[in-house]
Amino acid sequence: MGRYFVRRLLWMMLVLFVVSAITFGLMHAVPGGPFSREKALPQEILDNLNARYHLDEPLVVQYARYLYDVMIPRFSLLEKDPDGGYIKPIPSLVDDFVIRFNIGAVEFKWMNFGPSYASRSRTVNDVFKQQLPVSFQLGMMSLGFALLLGVPMGILAALKQNTIWDYLGMSVAIFGVSVPVIVLGPILVWIFGVSLKWLPPTGWGSQPPYVLGLFPSNLGPEFFKYAIMPSVALGLVSSASIARLTRASLLQVIREDYIRTARAKGLMERLVITRHALKNSLIPVVTILGPLFAALVTGTFITEQIFGIPGMGKYFVTSITNRDYPVIMGTILLYAILLVVANVFVDLMYAYLDPRIRYD
Amino acid sequence: MSAQTGVLKAGAGGMPLTMKRESLTADAFRRLIRNRAAVVGGLIVLLLALIAIFAGQIAPKSYEVQVLIDNNKVPAWMVSLFSSMAPYAKTTTDYLLGADYVGRDLFSRLVYGSRVSLSVAFIGPIISLLIGVVYGSISGFFGGRADNLMMRIVDVLYAFPTLLFVILLMAFFRSTFAKPDPGSFAYGLSQLDARMGGMLFIFMGIGFTAWETMARLTRGQVLSVREKEFVEAARTVGAGNGRIMFRHILPNIVGPLVVFESLSIPTYITFEAFLSYIGLGVNPPTPSWGSMIAEGGSVIRTYPNQAVFPALALAITMFAFNFLGDGLRDALDPRLRGTQ
Repeated sequence: MGRYFVRRLLWMMLVLFVVSAITFGLMHAVPGGPFSREKALPQEILDNLNARYHLDEPLVVQYARYLYDVMIPRFSLLEKDPDGGYIKPIPSLVDDFVIRFNIGAVEFKWMNFGPSYASRSRTVNDVFKQQLPVSFQLGMMSLGFALLLGVPMGILAALKQNTIWDYLGMSVAIFGVSVPVIVLGPILVWIFGVSLKWLPPTGWGSQPPYVLGLFPSNLGPEFFKYAIMPSVALGLVSSASIARLTRASLLQVIREDYIRTARAKGLMERLVITRHALKNSLIPVVTILGPLFAALVTGTFITEQIFGIPGMGKYFVTSITNRDYPVIMGTILLYAILLVVANVFVDLMYAYLDPRIRYD
Repeated sequence: MSAQTGVLKAGAGGMPLTMKRESLTADAFRRLIRNRAAVVGGLIVLLLALIAIFAGQIAPKSYEVQVLIDNNKVPAWMVSLFSSMAPYAKTTTDYLLGADYVGRDLFSRLVYGSRVSLSVAFIGPIISLLIGVVYGSISGFFGGRADNLMMRIVDVLYAFPTLLFVILLMAFFRSTFAKPDPGSFAYGLSQLDARMGGMLFIFMGIGFTAWETMARLTRGQVLSVREKEFVEAARTVGAGNGRIMFRHILPNIVGPLVVFESLSIPTYITFEAFLSYIGLGVNPPTPSWGSMIAEGGSVIRTYPNQAVFPALALAITMFAFNFLGDGLRDALDPRLRGTQ
């Protein structure tokens, strides 16, 4: 188990390294720079700006510098405060780290994603801090919706195979996979936001400060009023694939011998289904949770545009048109990290759901 | 296919049973035809294809001519459908579904928009199949170190957030080939793209990201077939690698690949719609349902018809391809029924 995860971790690092290298190469291959304008800046200013952000260095050096800033942890000594505490310097554009804490006089700093060229007063970490929680909440809400709708629908369809429930569930599923968020989004906005005026058509219901930096602090009706339409629009496609997968997998499992054994030993039908069938049938569902999670968190980009949600989506698209290199790198790396971590998590879930699976 | 007729002796009664022996494709086709949803889906796809081909004849107006004085006009029946429009809507009888914010005929734009979605639906799978099958079969057929390396590359590409990668690729294509020197390769590409209304780069963006799953699937299939007796038999009689690959292995694995590809068509259509929605898809004024939804979405409070109809068109197309894909899967591989 331990060796497996060490290997997994090393592989993860390699993957992230390659992803960052390809992204870095690709975005620098796009002509134009962050400071090219319709009316060109005077050469001296351009030179100064490029020197300020190290854009005058060879690409390899720039890339190495970026990796160094992001990956290498830094330690520094803090000054003693007259009150007995320690004085922390205020983060500046060059010194803003995601992880930053001190033990005594020693401060530990890690992951500096650099400044944003487009908004001079903010770092990429500022963008993450303010925009990422919103995207995260939207992604989690739609994943929750997808699971809450998809799994029960699939179970119902499988347990009552070839009845009206089955057909109904699978019709909902095929409807779900056929209406992507750009179709469902505007229609929902029009019905519930504009015609019936039940829900606010745009906006998001939570503001900073966030609990743990990610979760909304006002998890009440006010939050859900804003969250429900975008989450449904984004999650419906996934709920449909979850439902179909759950159904297929459960149908296969309830024909297994161990289910017959469980029934034969006189176990209550409810227990047979919950203890024996369900747990095993969820393995394929867990498998797609990794890719699904990725699809949902990246899918928020379009959903945010439709519902006017202030998440990461706008930043990613504008950062590409602005050649805002650190924001592009930061976003892609962030999502790549989420993706590989989600996949490791899926592996762990396997071992829990199916004791026959061992990692060694 | 000329059907061969075989006569079997049935066990107990001794009654001769006549059984028509069918080829696999004919059998699959029969199963497909019996699936009502798939037939409806197929007919809709056919209809859409006809609309796309004859868009010039069907569309009553041009998709790009702006009649500014007619902007946002709607036909009278639309006002009774969307009653909120009544206080301010300017009615007209000139436009079937109304005009957009610069006075272009919505219906004609819808008709022309089918070209984009349909081309992606047909060319996306071809690119994905071409790259994926070649890559996957080389990897699976030769095995060993090459296989290992090739599959690790696919693993790495998997870690890319696909949508973000496509967006980045599109930005790269769009601006790299924006003003190239005449006569260069890039110039040729950008000319071709401009002539296709921006679709070439969409195909490339989708093609570069869609083949990975295909490659994995092909490799798995090749691996399972490679060790079968008939391949060994072919090798014994002296067939070369190429012959074994094309005559013996590929025909045996093509079923699942086609099924998978047909089930991913809706994904490609969504991708194009997404890209056009955020403005990285087709070049304006070429209409795409995605960009129409984006334009209509900004006036959805006042003129819902401008977003609702392209959304419906997209949904119907997705339905049709989903039904057809499901039907194909059930027909080609009955064991897979109900999965995915």
